Amino acid sequence: MVYLTRKIEFSASHVYHNPTLSPRENKRIFGKCNNPHGHGHNYTLEVTVAGEPDPVTGMVLDLKELKEILEHEIMQRMDHRHLNKEVPELKGQIPTCENIARVIWNLLDPKITQGKLHRVRLYENSDLFADCYRNGAGARA
Amino acid sequence: MKNETLHIELGRRYRFSASHRLHNSKLNDEENSRIYGKCNNPFGHGHNYTVEIRLSGKINRDTGMISNLADLDKFVNEKVIEPFDHRSLNEEVPEFRNAVPTTEILCIEIFRRLKTFPHAKLEAVRVVETSNNSFEYAGN
Repeated sequence: MVYLTRKIEFSASHVYHNPTLSPRENKRIFGKCNNPHGHGHNYTLEVTVAGEPDPVTGMVLDLKELKEILEHEIMQRMDHRHLNKEVPELKGQIPTCENIARVIWNLLDPKITQGKLHRVRLYENSDLFADCYRNGAGARA
Repeated sequence: MKNETLHIELGRRYRFSASHRLHNSKLNDEENSRIYGKCNNPFGHGHNYTVEIRLSGKINRDTGMISNLADLDKFVNEKVIEPFDHRSLNEEVPEFRNAVPTTEILCIEIFRRLKTFPHAKLEAVRVVETSNNSFEYAGN
């Protein structure tokens, strides 16, 4: 098994606010991330696909194809967007790294038909990230 | 429904700087020097360490988080960063009185200190000693 990883970067704004909680609770739980007009990050996304290299092409999957999937599914949806307001898949969810990684997984998994999506790692900044795996296929699978 | 089939981890990185000396008092000076080389220099030396931790758990529906970052940062600062930062690991961390503070052993010690975090399951600790060397421990 070979694990292939491609990285992309996108920039987006978001705000953490749960309308079912009081303004005070929102402030206490989310701190600065609750500022009403939102704020932004440069996100880094690493997508890892696992598979056996094709005997003819030597590829797990064609990187051009992966690049197109990422452009279509992620960049066009999220780059230079407001995640709360412009990404319907995140509607009703707090756009934390964990939730965005899960949404990204669900967008990419059905599109990757050569090899298998192994890991989605989304960095909000260099010190904070979320990893998403298929259950039972953890970091050391 | 579909998301029940996913495993999500939260990753966070912290930094501290500390000195250490690799020396095993059970070995003679020549053996220490042979095994540890420059790292055995008597007055020690230091590194800028990066600690990466990964935690798993259910995403809380109200917060969207596996763990509140403020709680996590406070815990890690108390257990690891405060006691290690700008200190001599050999002299000031009791666990290294009788253990050689290699980054392997440091990684295991950090895991031991953090595994009691009450709000999520500690999956792994990775310690980056220099940009060329890193060590990871997952509790087994």
